Amino acid sequence: MQNVSKEYNGNPVLKDVNFTLKQGEVLGLVGENGAGKSTLMNILFGMDVIHQTGGYGGKVLIDGKEVKFASPLDALKAGIGMVHQEFSLLPGFTAAENILLNREPENKSVLSLVFGSRANTLDRKELQKKAIEAITKLGVSLDPDMLVSEMPVGHKQFTEISREISKSSIRLLVLDEPTAVLSEKEAEMLLKAIKNLSAQGISVIFITHRLQEILDVCDKVIVMRDGRIITELDAEKTSIPEMARLMVGREVNAGHAQTKSEERPLSENIVLSIKNLWVDMPGETVKNVNLDVHQGEFLGIGGLAGQGKIGIPNGIMGLYPAGGHVMLNGSEIALNNPRACLDASLAFVSEDRRGVGLLLDESLEWNIAFPAMQIQNKFLKQYLGGLIKWRDQAAIKDITDKYINQLQIKCTSSKQRAKELSGGNQQKICLAKAFALQPKLLFVSEPTRGIDIGAKALVLKALREYNRQNGVTIVMISSELEELRQCCDRIAIVTDGAISGILPASTPSEDFGILMVGKTHKEAE
Amino acid sequence: MMEKVKELLRSFGLPRLIIAGFLLLLFIIAPFVGIRVGASVSDTLARFGMNSIMVLAMVPMIHSGCGLNFGLPLGIISGLLGATLSIETGVTGPLSFFLAILYSTPFAIILGWGYGKLLNRVKGSEMMIATYVGFSSVAFMSIMWLILPYKSPTMVWGYSGSGLRTTISTDGFYSHVLKDFLQINIGTLSISLGEILFFAIFAFIIWAFLHTKTGTAMTAVGSNPVFARASGINVDKQRTLSVIMSTWLGALGILCYQQGYGFIQLYQGPMYMAMPAVSAILIGGASVNKASIANVIIGTILYQGIVTMTPSVMNNLIHTDMSEVLRIIVSNGMILYALTRKSGASR
Repeated sequence: MQNVSKEYNGNPVLKDVNFTLKQGEVLGLVGENGAGKSTLMNILFGMDVIHQTGGYGGKVLIDGKEVKFASPLDALKAGIGMVHQEFSLLPGFTAAENILLNREPENKSVLSLVFGSRANTLDRKELQKKAIEAITKLGVSLDPDMLVSEMPVGHKQFTEISREISKSSIRLLVLDEPTAVLSEKEAEMLLKAIKNLSAQGISVIFITHRLQEILDVCDKVIVMRDGRIITELDAEKTSIPEMARLMVGREVNAGHAQTKSEERPLSENIVLSIKNLWVDMPGETVKNVNLDVHQGEFLGIGGLAGQGKIGIPNGIMGLYPAGGHVMLNGSEIALNNPRACLDASLAFVSEDRRGVGLLLDESLEWNIAFPAMQIQNKFLKQYLGGLIKWRDQAAIKDITDKYINQLQIKCTSSKQRAKELSGGNQQKICLAKAFALQPKLLFVSEPTRGIDIGAKALVLKALREYNRQNGVTIVMISSELEELRQCCDRIAIVTDGAISGILPASTPSEDFGILMVGKTHKEAE
Repeated sequence: MMEKVKELLRSFGLPRLIIAGFLLLLFIIAPFVGIRVGASVSDTLARFGMNSIMVLAMVPMIHSGCGLNFGLPLGIISGLLGATLSIETGVTGPLSFFLAILYSTPFAIILGWGYGKLLNRVKGSEMMIATYVGFSSVAFMSIMWLILPYKSPTMVWGYSGSGLRTTISTDGFYSHVLKDFLQINIGTLSISLGEILFFAIFAFIIWAFLHTKTGTAMTAVGSNPVFARASGINVDKQRTLSVIMSTWLGALGILCYQQGYGFIQLYQGPMYMAMPAVSAILIGGASVNKASIANVIIGTILYQGIVTMTPSVMNNLIHTDMSEVLRIIVSNGMILYALTRKSGASR
């Protein structure tokens, strides 16, 4: 295999990405969520998503010849294998059957004379042999007769990889966060397997958030950020702090992070105290969070996707099953009961704007006034001694107009339906809804997800002002560290379902990067 | 100007326009084939009075996101229980109508509560389950009508002295109590203000309810249950309440129907009663999760107008009886249309 070089131009999520990969080389690809790693790999693999969204610019060269994959099948033929984060295995089949699925060695039978090759029988012996071959090539211990449904996670991962390398033409293997689900021991085995493959002349692109693994197996490292390749490093000469800094650091253009002099003194009063919280939210499991939120502060919660940061507010607000203790101003709040939290003057702006945050088919008035009406009996006229609680349309319109002005929500009128608004304006409606509750403590989850830069700045400014001027304690969860550093007093980083550290916002982003990848400062050095 | 007309047309909806146009055409043809328009209009209004409350019974469940109340037979059965119990007591005249409403209420609440609990367990496929709730309850009650120890000679089979008859006359009890109340006669045209007033009262109550705190919560549950839950609303409770309301309105609706029709129909009677009501509210412009009182009124007039006018006009035109065929095409076609539109019109 000669040099593989790829160039993509004109795609907003990926800008001028160039790199080459030699035969047998192991390339580490690191970057924050949304840096463009997955898009890059999807292009390489010819995924449908890419075609459906208008294709890509630039060229992909294999052995010096340009290739354009119309589908993943073409990519497979060209010798590119990919192991995705999610397993695609048949649980009721054995490892061997899964490895050679749809490529089974066949025997001709009597029936195939009549019905053609579809009636061929499987050659079980050959199947077994080929599967074992692939497993040996990988260099791991895996029982080919074990059912996938009975396997530990690590073995499933090995089955997936074995399937890819059992293809005879395989030359390049893409592994998308293969170690994320593995225990340390299994991860070690996998790393060894990667080295094995590389020695056999198979190139590997290895995507991971665990920077130590990059140092262990890779020949070179590419750091991506905002759709660009920031640098290409020699794995032997770099270090975890260097990679972490390159990963999270970005040009200072959209507002600046807090500096030391802007720090505010932290109040002595603890308003919210979380003890041993666990939350069963799919994809964002919280295992054991202990956290104290001080009166009037703006606390950020950051961390990589899937580590559990989003699970924290969703668990406290009763949207997903949770356990542990949450105390607000010293009194315990019942979990798994959204009403109890709202009654205790907590409010939550969900990350799932369209799913949880809005009544898409209803007017802006309804969206903003609804929770306050239901929880606090606001915007209601009472008749017959409170027996009839009549919606006060005029009061609802007043409050809606007030927030439309205050937050500069772009809409035709307060009667417009929520689904007709743009993402940024919808987000402002969600904030207005929470503000209308006049909460003591406000959870805001991913407030800038999926909205443009201008709206982002406005939303963050509104939150910052609400915190500074009204003295409301805000806990903001965001995947974007820089955003947190602009608004927050302190930032807690969540790793693997627990808080791995809390630092003042003025701390250099490099330190947060290290916390995100699950290392304390000491270990990194 | 053109834009405004277009906008108006869009908000009124093409299918409603076609049906309204068709109905208008029927009224224009009618005099030429020897049908008196006055009588036709009276007929349509009489049917409106009989059926409108059953159409109204669709509204609460649509608002809470439970879909169309295909389980209307359950409400009707509550109404039938109330009606038969009222006659069993032997009370006659208008009082028997109020007794029937009174007796059917506890049944409607209990059956509606159970029905609501069931629908809360099958979120996403309420309408299919509701259809079978209706069918199976009709089958079950067919047995019960025979077994229940009714004694009133107006109701039981003459030859055996036990078991209720398939059709029971409400004559002497509450036949035409609303129909004859405040009736206006102008030539061939007769309008029963009593029935219309009765409907107006309940339509107002439902309209008012939807403007209260609880009504708002119910609509929000239907619009986005996750939003409602995150706002501290007990989604299941709201849904159950809406089902109880729908069931009770169904009971009231059938009593209203019986007083206008003059007969109580037991056994297989309630089996397909849900279809015309569902069809009417859909013609009125409601979707699976949005409905208003206006939809009820417009829909019932259009649907009942078609049902009254088509047979008489068509029979006179082509001298064949195809009224039933047309009625079935209109009502089932409308349901089919509305259900396929579900994804487009919903959230």
